[in-house]
Amino acid sequence: MSTLTATAAPTKLWGGGKSPFNVEYGKLMMWYFLMSDAFTFGAFLISYGTIRFSSNGWPNPNEVFKSFPFAPEGVHAPLVFVSIMTFILIISSVTMVLAVHAGKNMDKSGVVKNLILTIIGGIAFLSCQAWEWNHLHSEGAWWGANPFLNADGTQSSTNFTNYFFTITGFHGFHVFSGVCINIVMLIMTLLDKFEKRGHYLMIEKAGLYWHFVDLVWVFVFTCFYLI
Amino acid sequence: MEHTAELHHDDGSAVKEIWKVTGILSLLTIVELVLGFYMMGVENPGGRLAIKGTIVILMIAKAFYIVGYFMHLKHELKNLIMTIVVPLALFIWFITAFLYEGNSYKNLRNRYDPYKKAQTEIKVHKTEEVKEIKTTVE
Repeated sequence: MSTLTATAAPTKLWGGGKSPFNVEYGKLMMWYFLMSDAFTFGAFLISYGTIRFSSNGWPNPNEVFKSFPFAPEGVHAPLVFVSIMTFILIISSVTMVLAVHAGKNMDKSGVVKNLILTIIGGIAFLSCQAWEWNHLHSEGAWWGANPFLNADGTQSSTNFTNYFFTITGFHGFHVFSGVCINIVMLIMTLLDKFEKRGHYLMIEKAGLYWHFVDLVWVFVFTCFYLI
Repeated sequence: MEHTAELHHDDGSAVKEIWKVTGILSLLTIVELVLGFYMMGVENPGGRLAIKGTIVILMIAKAFYIVGYFMHLKHELKNLIMTIVVPLALFIWFITAFLYEGNSYKNLRNRYDPYKKAQTEIKVHKTEEVKEIKTTVE
């Protein structure tokens, strides 16, 4: 007993015992990365809010985002297309949880099936966004160009389109990275990498990132399309 | 072995929880959309503000369910939850201060720059707008 305390290194600050967080290092770091990313998105959205609050007029989102693919020109269908995009992302988030859950049970086929569904959801969302951007661009909207009037009929500044394309673009880039990460996870699963390791913890980290992308869309959707 | 047995015991309730949260998220989204459609017909600024406030509260509820259940934060240790949530509390100041600042800037400019205020009150005719789009596209 006394020899044990004598040999203990005096510089050691924490000698084990109960783990303070009880999660793996990589998962903890993923959480901290996501927290920093939340501040980046938060800064973008708050900047948008500040500019919107400082403007005398702002375009009505229901007049801007009223189109739908293959619908005739001049159709008035506000919120319809974006709600489909929202549901695509929610469902892909659900399939991701199911993939993580299957991984916990070491169920390889379940992981593969749900990862494929998640990747399809991600690609579907990106396709919707590509269509929407292309449509808005064909209407004359882009960074530095805003063809839409304010809700009260006065001339609008380009702040609206600048913020819209920057923030949805930054989010779309996150979705794209998430799809790439999920494809890597799918390939690693198919190559039995996790089976050999004995755990599917990597899927959990990819899952955290994917849910974060869904989380950000909740905010972007509300701030740009609903209010 | 004991570990996997425990997981299998928990299997049914975990999957049930996933579907329950999916239902809640879908329901919240539908309520948000209904409010969004309803707001199109509301002209009264106070009423619009109340609906927007409700939508923001629903948005925060959705964020809670995604982070708490899908990202599993609710089932982590309290220490971990605190290191994530406490820094994010900065957002309360961040949002309040910046939106107040934006609003104050608008009021001050309208008061001390009457020319700018008059410029932002000129109505543009719809037909002009259509022509303008066509010329920029071509």
